[in-house]
Amino acid sequence: MWDYSKKLKDHFFNPRNVGEIDNPDGVGEVGSLACGDALKLTFKLDENKRIKDAKFKTFGCASAIATSSVLTEMIKGMTIEEAEKVNNKDIADYLGGLPEQKMHCSVMGREALEAAIDNYRTGGKKKHELEGKVVCTCFGVTENEIERVIRENDIETVEQVTNYCKAGGGCGGCKGEIERIIQKVKGKKAKPAVSKSAEKPKELTNIQKIQLVQQTINEQIRPSLKSHGGDIELIDVEGDKVIVAFRGMCAQCQVSEFTMKEVVEAKLKEFVTDSLYVTEAEDSLNKPHKHRSD
Amino acid sequence: MNTVYLDSNATTKVDEEVFEEMAPYFCELYGNPSSMHTFGGQVGKKLTQARQRTAELLGCLPEEIMFTGCGTESDNTAIKGTLVAYPQKKKIITSRVEHPAVLQVCRDLQSKGYTVVEVDVDKKGRLNVQQLEDELDGNTAIVSIMHANNETGVIFPVEKIAELTAEKGVVFHTDAVQAAGKIPMNLSDSSVNMLSLSGHKLHGPKGIGILYVKKGTRFTPFILGGHQESGRRAGTENVPGIIGLGKACQLAKKYMEEENRRVKNLRDRLEEGILGNCPDCWVNGNKENRLPNTSNISFEYIEGEAILLMLDQHGICASSGSACTSGSLEPSHVLRAMGIPFTAAHGSIRFSLSRYNTEEQIDYTIEKMPEIINRLREMSPFVVK
Repeated sequence: MWDYSKKLKDHFFNPRNVGEIDNPDGVGEVGSLACGDALKLTFKLDENKRIKDAKFKTFGCASAIATSSVLTEMIKGMTIEEAEKVNNKDIADYLGGLPEQKMHCSVMGREALEAAIDNYRTGGKKKHELEGKVVCTCFGVTENEIERVIRENDIETVEQVTNYCKAGGGCGGCKGEIERIIQKVKGKKAKPAVSKSAEKPKELTNIQKIQLVQQTINEQIRPSLKSHGGDIELIDVEGDKVIVAFRGMCAQCQVSEFTMKEVVEAKLKEFVTDSLYVTEAEDSLNKPHKHRSD
Repeated sequence: MNTVYLDSNATTKVDEEVFEEMAPYFCELYGNPSSMHTFGGQVGKKLTQARQRTAELLGCLPEEIMFTGCGTESDNTAIKGTLVAYPQKKKIITSRVEHPAVLQVCRDLQSKGYTVVEVDVDKKGRLNVQQLEDELDGNTAIVSIMHANNETGVIFPVEKIAELTAEKGVVFHTDAVQAAGKIPMNLSDSSVNMLSLSGHKLHGPKGIGILYVKKGTRFTPFILGGHQESGRRAGTENVPGIIGLGKACQLAKKYMEEENRRVKNLRDRLEEGILGNCPDCWVNGNKENRLPNTSNISFEYIEGEAILLMLDQHGICASSGSACTSGSLEPSHVLRAMGIPFTAAHGSIRFSLSRYNTEEQIDYTIEKMPEIINRLREMSPFVVK
């Protein structure tokens, strides 16, 4: 059983500010059902541009719910400039600490806040999206994000990175890459990267391109899908359009639009060529979204 | 607040008769059964009786029973002991839904050069026996398939598998940790070569297990350093543990039929009560062929650990296949192998009953469940009012 602080339990059993604000000034949505936790944060500003009200809706464990609840309390009364300085450590400290393996909940809180602020600044246009190279395919975590948690939490090990942002917690295929990022951020001599470097050939014939796409799918993408009980099939390559079908769990997953297609596209751009884009084959899209197991 | 214990697949209460039987063997009759004096020797007689009692539950010969430290040790010993006995064979067949005590051992062996085949299950958790049959070949050293699944309670056709493996001359091991004491067994009439059992799952003590090894099965000891257990498992016997396990097996055999009827009724009552009162939930696993005590229910759009903590507040103990409860980031490998959507795997709760549960406890749980589910759904961003 987790050793949760009194304050955390209080915020889990008596969460503050549950719900959604009508016509909010900022909305931040992060996480997904597939990842096991998701948070939707909404806030409203007063006439002095201070956060007047903040509400949350969270899918997740006790610490995810408690983190969301304290976050809404923390940011009330803050200006946007003050709110954007809140980092995951502040949230965890405010809760009286989090178990190490649950630190990713505090990072999710900070991400949601950031997404909501971005959304406010862009006038409701910007939604949370992946920025930078995707390192962890299982949980869709980018290099930027990993670097940030390493810096903000003074992280030394791959295991800690997994605890703080989930990267490396699925199939484990990106652990070598995470190790390299830790070395880089910590300013130590970088070890040779364990994973294959993404050196892209300059000119590709059609045949070479298809082969490289297939190879990237086999080596970089399939292992993580498999570890989720899913699979991917390369249907065709037409120019820069890569047509794939998701099988098993991935085909039914309602968040596959985000975690799968986007991640596959990022990996193909990284390993093959920047101009590629991914679409899903008809049969994969048309599969009924079945929730019932029988 | 009274505890409502609905987590009997994790561990069970030690039966008081079991405890009484064990008690003298700590401070009074503490002798070593291997000793040459009467004081130690009398303990040996009690161990013989315990071995006899466990053999009766399994329907086998007492000399086919080997006591181990736990179910996990039994599984490790069975698999590794067989591989050493058949050094020329390099293939292991298991299933995707095994307990980690089998699955992790197999995956570790895979990294050491063995070929491991993990047989699939369907969406109801039923084993693809045809796939298993197709994979059986001359290179296969061992097939290890559980008797009943710990998370869903789904029962596998072990007798059918035993026939297939016997035909091909392949050793068949089954992890019966959850099945023992709930499913009648007669191993003397079966082609199962090895079977694991754990004391604390059937109202015996923790720290004691059994590996049944059928006479004539090639096997190499895993733990060396003494003559105990006929040289197959060295180490001074866990005397009170063995005696307690013997008693627990005796009681299990005595009460099995009557209990399974009563426990099954309670389980069905709990299931119907929850499904009837909570929307968007369903039972995972094949309802037609399940352990009588287990119910695995998925609640959509909410997360298992949060449900467990709220149940805990009411004194109700259960467990979950969600990622957060395991400390890992992935939800249950069993539910994923069944193709249960993530939405439902994260929100799965396992209730597992025992003969100590009462109708009042079940009704109390049925009463508390809807308010917990509703509270969490109100917080969920995936529930739109």
